[in-house]
Amino acid sequence: MIVKIEARLNRDRPVWRRAAGVRAVLTLMIGGTVLAACGSTSPATSAPSATPTPVCTGTTANPGYSNGLATVSGQATTLSGAGSTFVAPMMSVWTKAYATANSVQVAYQSVGSGAGIAQLQANTVDFGDSDAFMKDSDIAKAKGPVVQIPLVQAPVVVAYNLPGVASGLKLDGDTIGKIFSGGITVWNDPAIKALNPAITLPSTPIAVAHRSDGSGTTAIFTDFMTQTSPAWVTALGGSTTSVGKTVAWPVGIGGKGNEGVSAVISQTPGGIGYIELDYAIAQHQTYADVKNKAGNFVEPCEQTAANATVGITSYPSDLRVDIVNQSSNAQAYPITGLTWALVYQNQTKAATAAALVNFFSWVLTKGQDLTGSVNYTPLGPTLQALCIAQLKKITVNGTPVSP
Amino acid sequence: MPSPAGVGGGIAASTVRVAPTLLKRGRPRFADRIFGTSVSVMGGIVLVVIVGMVVFLVLEGLPAMQHYGFFSFITASRWTPSTAFPNVSHPNPYGILQFIYGTMLTSIIGMIIAVPLAVGAALVITEVAPQRVKGPLSGLVDLLAAVPSVVYGFWGIFALIPAIKPVVDFLTTTLGTVPVIGVAFQGPFFGVSYFSAGLVLAIMILPIIAAVCREVFRSTPRNEKEAALALGATRWEMIRIAVLPRARSGIVGASLLGLGRALGETIAVTMVIGNAVLHINGSIFSQGATMSSVIANEFTEATEPFHLSALFVVGFWLLIVALVVNIVARLVVHRGVAL
Amino acid sequence: MTQLAVRTPGFRNRPALRRRRAKSAVLVGLLIAAVVVAVGVLAWVLVYVAIQGVGALNLGFLTQTPPGNPAAAGGGFYNGIVGSLIIVGIAALIGIPLGIGAAIYLVEYGRGRLADTIRFFNDVLIGVPTIVTGAFIYAIWVTRFGFSGFAGSLALAIVMLPLVTRTTEEMLRLVPNELREGSLALGATRSQTVMRVCIPTALPGIITGAMLAVARAMGETAPLLLTALGNDLFTEYNPAKRMSTLSLQIFDNAVTGFQEGQGRAWAGALTLIAIVLIFTFVARFFGRRVRTSNA
Repeated sequence: MIVKIEARLNRDRPVWRRAAGVRAVLTLMIGGTVLAACGSTSPATSAPSATPTPVCTGTTANPGYSNGLATVSGQATTLSGAGSTFVAPMMSVWTKAYATANSVQVAYQSVGSGAGIAQLQANTVDFGDSDAFMKDSDIAKAKGPVVQIPLVQAPVVVAYNLPGVASGLKLDGDTIGKIFSGGITVWNDPAIKALNPAITLPSTPIAVAHRSDGSGTTAIFTDFMTQTSPAWVTALGGSTTSVGKTVAWPVGIGGKGNEGVSAVISQTPGGIGYIELDYAIAQHQTYADVKNKAGNFVEPCEQTAANATVGITSYPSDLRVDIVNQSSNAQAYPITGLTWALVYQNQTKAATAAALVNFFSWVLTKGQDLTGSVNYTPLGPTLQALCIAQLKKITVNGTPVSP
Repeated sequence: MPSPAGVGGGIAASTVRVAPTLLKRGRPRFADRIFGTSVSVMGGIVLVVIVGMVVFLVLEGLPAMQHYGFFSFITASRWTPSTAFPNVSHPNPYGILQFIYGTMLTSIIGMIIAVPLAVGAALVITEVAPQRVKGPLSGLVDLLAAVPSVVYGFWGIFALIPAIKPVVDFLTTTLGTVPVIGVAFQGPFFGVSYFSAGLVLAIMILPIIAAVCREVFRSTPRNEKEAALALGATRWEMIRIAVLPRARSGIVGASLLGLGRALGETIAVTMVIGNAVLHINGSIFSQGATMSSVIANEFTEATEPFHLSALFVVGFWLLIVALVVNIVARLVVHRGVAL
Repeated sequence: MTQLAVRTPGFRNRPALRRRRAKSAVLVGLLIAAVVVAVGVLAWVLVYVAIQGVGALNLGFLTQTPPGNPAAAGGGFYNGIVGSLIIVGIAALIGIPLGIGAAIYLVEYGRGRLADTIRFFNDVLIGVPTIVTGAFIYAIWVTRFGFSGFAGSLALAIVMLPLVTRTTEEMLRLVPNELREGSLALGATRSQTVMRVCIPTALPGIITGAMLAVARAMGETAPLLLTALGNDLFTEYNPAKRMSTLSLQIFDNAVTGFQEGQGRAWAGALTLIAIVLIFTFVARFFGRRVRTSNA
């Protein structure tokens, strides 16, 4: 409905004015409720205005968290981790910086969230990382209770390769669901044209790119489509099989890891896929503005990803929270996800346990200041404090590592 | 290449009379026995490794085989780990038919391209090339085998696929429209495909087939070649009359050895085949997966019920197929030529 | 069917002779084209890798590890080079002596069906897919002790073993029986004969075989995916921990979307090819010297 109003208003207006009026009204309505929310680190949503300032410009201030745990002595000098490719660029920056600061080498292998969980279950690594938290059935297969700690937030962008079409193509959940389930097969389909009347779309066939491996990014993306696209749910046979780290993709080319999907999109004219923001920026790829719960088409960036947790006031005690498409913030990017570090609660080696606690404490404090360099979003203060508290649950042979 | 030391066993059967004084020294004999035993153990390690591999793969794959039934892996048509549940045993979500298809298809494409090229190269090296060129030329062909497979995969993505794209696009628009066989050549062509993997495999198995064929052709008796030439045969006729008939089983054996290598190649194939694991795709220009590529891709992340076990089943079948092909190849080559 | 190309009344069939010669020329030309294609592809691969890689290849590449931010330029694959040398080195320490021992058994001690069976299965082991070897080591070692460089060495040792056995066996067979008999006649024991006479005589050839096996192991990636897993950013000297190898780093960086990472991967590919080719050339050089001195 908002789209229709926008379209009607836009017929006679100059380009730079288009939809400003409708957006202004919405911002006024939502701005009031937003002011009451807590936990937002983005300054852009605090003041309603007639012509909203672009959200995705400039850098956000470093959160400067200082509530880290005291350093535990006797730590090991190496750690072994594996998991999500979604967090890989961030983890790469973190581990390098941590090694320079603390002489502890954290070897992280980017193999996919599914692999991260599997290797933790097999106890072949010290920690795993996944963008889809471990379900009870996953934990049952592990060798003991698992502490899951969110580390950072980031948006999953819908990147496309359409020569001549710039960034900012508007897509909504149902259209995305139809594209990825094979319902829409060409770029100049009426559904896409309806959302983007001002853009001339070519008749190139759409080449869907998806993950071939078990992926938390897939879990985040399919979660969004399951929530917003009935066509997707039907095509995948119901809402239990339409979401998850692996789904039975009806169409598309499989790529391994975020990097694989990114490569497929780059090399295939007409390609479209879902990847983490840093991969798209590094490859100079164009990506879409996605419609959020509030009805706005929002560009993915550090600020709008931060807005995705605005309005979430309570978190479950084990921090297994779904933040996809939850916030009603006007400038929240809906396909935003968290990534969890997975650590066994009952550690057996004191040196490894100390190293783990020290590393993640650093990641949750000083590490959050490094997120901007690779286009990730630091955690909000509420969530960050809860994460630090999670670290205290880790024990060695019964005794907490950091009481 | 007949060896001057004779075939089989060396001097194991000969006995030597030793001076009586030496017989009193027990230590050398004892050390000798230790040496003999340890060397025998080392000889047996190969058997232990192969048997151990088969046994372990069966043991690890047993849970999935027991849960779903032995043959259901081949009759089920889709590989969908996400639909696996611990208490559901039918239908089998781990159908491996498309991987067997992918392995076979890419290997056959590789063979169709590599065997003629390799036989031709071997013939040139043994029969056609002047003496000075023979050595360097065969060395160059062998050099193809030295390039690591990850480099072939890398080169395949960035050099080979863009180079063949125009040709394949042409083929999809022409052959792809022919009524019956067109299904196998349909586009759209996204670069990664069975065909690209087959091409890369062809380059990788060519040196193996050429090396064995070279030995086979070299063992042609000179008399027969000279007799053909003396009777007035042209170079090609000499090859056709004197060299090729004897070499038939050797060429078959060499091709089978190349096939064995193609079946097992993992990394280069994974990088250029597209990794579409759901089901068989009809066109050779579409994406697919092979037995080895699915193991490499999904092994470290198999969290679904029976997923890892199913991958071990794939590994088991891959090992059996590779063993059978290699055993047949060795038998054929041994009969064809005294290697 | 063959015609006598001499001055007989059939000599008037010169056109037929010309046709045969033309046909031979065409077909031999096709054969030569086959070689040209084979060599041409090799040249294409080597030249392409060289062109892509030489831009990123400098001294820093060989001595630095990759940067933290994957989109940043610079850095290198020092950790991969070190890891390759250590992992392949340990694999060689395991595989080469075992292979030589097995070959000694086959040539000097083995007799009859058992030796034939072992020789046969040794050749078959060469053809086993290396990914299966990796899965095997994962099942028996990694699940108990975790990913490590040593697990990778075990997998590579299984890859190297049959190659070393076969070439060593061939070289030992080339040692003349007279030498063995003379040694035994002088009162040496069997083991002394082997270790003091046969092995030194065959040594150049054995070294050739060992180097070819090392070259093959340096290029392997698949078994290491499941055993060593990789350690992309840090240099690790302890094989009990996770290590990277040059092949793994090339693979990880080749598929990444970051241009700078791919540039480093090309330089790594160039380095790996150079190392493998050096080993291969030296091995061939040794091998030719063996054949000329012993044949």
